[in-house]
Amino acid sequence: MSNGAHITVKTYLTVFVILLGLTALTTGVAFIDLGGGLNNFAALTIATVKALLVVLYFMHARTSDRFTWVIAAAGIFWLLLLLGGTLDDAITRNQLPGELQLTP
Amino acid sequence: MNSAVPAAPDAFEVRAHQFEDVEQQHHASWLGMWVFLATEVMFFGGMFAAYAFYRVGFPNAFAAASNRLDVTLGAINTAVLISSSFTMALAVHGGETGRNKAAIRYLLLTMLLGAVFLGVKFYEYHEKFVEHLVPGPAFRFEGPHAHPAEIFFSLYFAMTGLHALHMIIGIGLLTWMALKARRKRFSPIYYTPIELTGLYWHFVDLIWIFLFPLLYLVGRHL
Amino acid sequence: MNGAPQVHYLNVDYGIRSWLFTTDHKRIAWLYLLSVTLFFFFGGFFATLIRLELMTPQGDLVQAETYNKFFTMHGVTMVFFFLIPSIPAVLGNFLVPMMVGARDLAFPRLNLASWYIFILGGLFTLASAAAGGVDTGWTFYTPYSSIYSNSHVALTVVGVFVTGFSSILTGLNFVVTIHKMRAPGLTWFRLPLFIWAIYATSIIFILGTPVIAITLLLVGLERVFNLGFFDPARGGDPVLFQHLFWFYSHPAVYIMVLPAMGVESELVTAFARRRVFGYSFVAFSSLAIAVIGFLVWGHHMFVAGQSVHAGLIFSLLSFLVAIPSAIKVFNWTATLHRGSISYDAPMLYALGFIGLFTIGGLTGLFLASIGVDVHVHDTYFVIAHFHYIMVGGSVMAYLGGIHFWWPKMTGRTYPEPVARVAALIVFLGFNLTFFPQFVLGYLGMPRRYHAYPPEFQALNVMSSAGASILAVGYVLPLIYLIWSLRYGRVAGRNPWGARGLEWQTPSPPPTHNFDVTPRVVAEAYAYDKEPEETYEFGSPSRA
Repeated sequence: MSNGAHITVKTYLTVFVILLGLTALTTGVAFIDLGGGLNNFAALTIATVKALLVVLYFMHARTSDRFTWVIAAAGIFWLLLLLGGTLDDAITRNQLPGELQLTP
Repeated sequence: MNSAVPAAPDAFEVRAHQFEDVEQQHHASWLGMWVFLATEVMFFGGMFAAYAFYRVGFPNAFAAASNRLDVTLGAINTAVLISSSFTMALAVHGGETGRNKAAIRYLLLTMLLGAVFLGVKFYEYHEKFVEHLVPGPAFRFEGPHAHPAEIFFSLYFAMTGLHALHMIIGIGLLTWMALKARRKRFSPIYYTPIELTGLYWHFVDLIWIFLFPLLYLVGRHL
Repeated sequence: MNGAPQVHYLNVDYGIRSWLFTTDHKRIAWLYLLSVTLFFFFGGFFATLIRLELMTPQGDLVQAETYNKFFTMHGVTMVFFFLIPSIPAVLGNFLVPMMVGARDLAFPRLNLASWYIFILGGLFTLASAAAGGVDTGWTFYTPYSSIYSNSHVALTVVGVFVTGFSSILTGLNFVVTIHKMRAPGLTWFRLPLFIWAIYATSIIFILGTPVIAITLLLVGLERVFNLGFFDPARGGDPVLFQHLFWFYSHPAVYIMVLPAMGVESELVTAFARRRVFGYSFVAFSSLAIAVIGFLVWGHHMFVAGQSVHAGLIFSLLSFLVAIPSAIKVFNWTATLHRGSISYDAPMLYALGFIGLFTIGGLTGLFLASIGVDVHVHDTYFVIAHFHYIMVGGSVMAYLGGIHFWWPKMTGRTYPEPVARVAALIVFLGFNLTFFPQFVLGYLGMPRRYHAYPPEFQALNVMSSAGASILAVGYVLPLIYLIWSLRYGRVAGRNPWGARGLEWQTPSPPPTHNFDVTPRVVAEAYAYDKEPEETYEFGSPSRA
């Protein structure tokens, strides 16, 4: 009945090493100019992969019931709603004459 | 707990009266913790939204301001926090299998790593204070981006500060769990508290996994 | 079987400690009932002062600054300390475990902690009122709130921040309870619609409230530590504050009205003695409102400087909320059709709700279309619109619910004739207060001013007159409900002949709600069957 009882120490160790590797990777990649906003994309992709590893293995989501997944998905979905609505405004400012500008 | 009819000696100690059995109680607590973490996602989410909003508005200023953070310390702290998540996972593993001694050992290690993280963070705050990068009347930032850079540092302090507050609460929870483990409370049928503390600690790690690239790595390639 | 039980949750224990340290969800419901009632009359006191000032065109009762504090205290108290906790924390606390056939909520101590957190937040807010009040409006718009206002913003913001965690933990408790504690046989589609509504509300509690908490925290940090998040002088954008604020505060309107809709479904079915028309549509429309409610916040910012693109999208999405809301109204009406209706006081409130909510909802569509909104933005049209939803909708349903479940909560019935009169007074007083405000707003009277041109006086006097009638309608139930605690007729377990699970246990219920854990074999609205065919009380319970 435990959600984590089947995960072995070896699995935790593997995930840990991968996470350290990804930390080194994201730090290194940040110093290379990939151009065209790709740096940002790479940083967020690596962070997402790391987050998934933590959630799936350390937090036992992989071996949990469906409702745990639904809650996690709801958290992410609502975060995307918040980011989406706010960013839509930020990105589409200044497209028409007379709109307020985001300038200091 | 005013359970009227004890089902079994173990269950009597562990089960609260409103539940039918220990299994239902464990599921409820597990779900409750995940729901709480969903709340936490949105709590930090408000600041992530503010960050994204201004980063879209001031991309160059955010890059310039980000370069003033110490990326080496940031990377070291990321590694420290990930290590603490690893030791936390082992502590939970110890609790789940009833090995209270191992649980104590790993809990203490986790607390130590958490303290190291906070120490490094405190040192960084001190540096920023010396460099006049704390928002307010004393804020100094050379170049054309002084105003949005102040916004960046406001977000930096708010986000890392709230994260550090969560770490401090987490260390408090870890202490509590260590005391429980010392009384040999954890067993294969009773390990919910240490398991939920683990979820919380991993979540705090998770937030940092995003904070690190968003705060420290914005403009390194420029 | 039908008499009052010897030992029940009210007399199992005596003394103030047995209440302040209780973990019984029914007693915690009472703690909330008392506290939100106090806050209701506290907020109502400021409403009275507002209506007094607006009797005359000149600002002759108070100065503009004081008036600003009046409407701010009215808004803050009513929104955060009455409307949001009212139905979920009072009726929800009392009913959720009983409706799902559980002995208590999943986390009883957390439930008590939620009440203490609520009270702590309330004390901060009361302290700010005692210290001199706040003048920002309940919306705390920056940069006024974060930089310029000289009133007690920080104290109030802390109060609202703290109270938010009470909402979050209550929502968490409800979600886990509804998922994990349902009685055997109680499938999702046999649940009362009140439970579906509370579940949808809890989603907003859990995923919306933290955003207002962090937003107000940022305002506090900007105010106290001089950090810059929304400060235009440093390139900050006050519109960002409005995004974050309304991301919660628009769904907060659904926190107020979704539980009211849940109560409505229970009342309409019980007094029309019919199964609700289109159960699954009503159930899923609650969830739809909870989700779509999070997609429309930008309609508060059409004239605030948000991009035209964002305005268009938010306008379109705002119209979508009308669909699930209309589904509910149509289904309640269809439930009434050919029902055998009895006009007891709860039903009068329920019928009032349908009409007033419809007016409030339809005027919302005016405000959702950008062109009209530019004309009536920040006028009394908006005030009238949201009072039709919050007072005409939520408060009517709350009062209806309190009357309906009063016999269950106390074991006694309230005096029916005077209750019917009170319900009519509330309905008449409400309409006289707020309908003129639609006209005032359309004619161009802006909100938040203590003086106005003389040609608006007639309508304002009507509104103030209506408010005094409304006040009578609110004080009457307070008197006769307290009276009934001692002198009311003993109710018996099911005075309305309703089919919900909560009516199958004695009134007042025992501490653990059911002597025997029920087994549910039919849905909560089986008015074509006897209760005995819906619930089986067979095997003895374990606790």
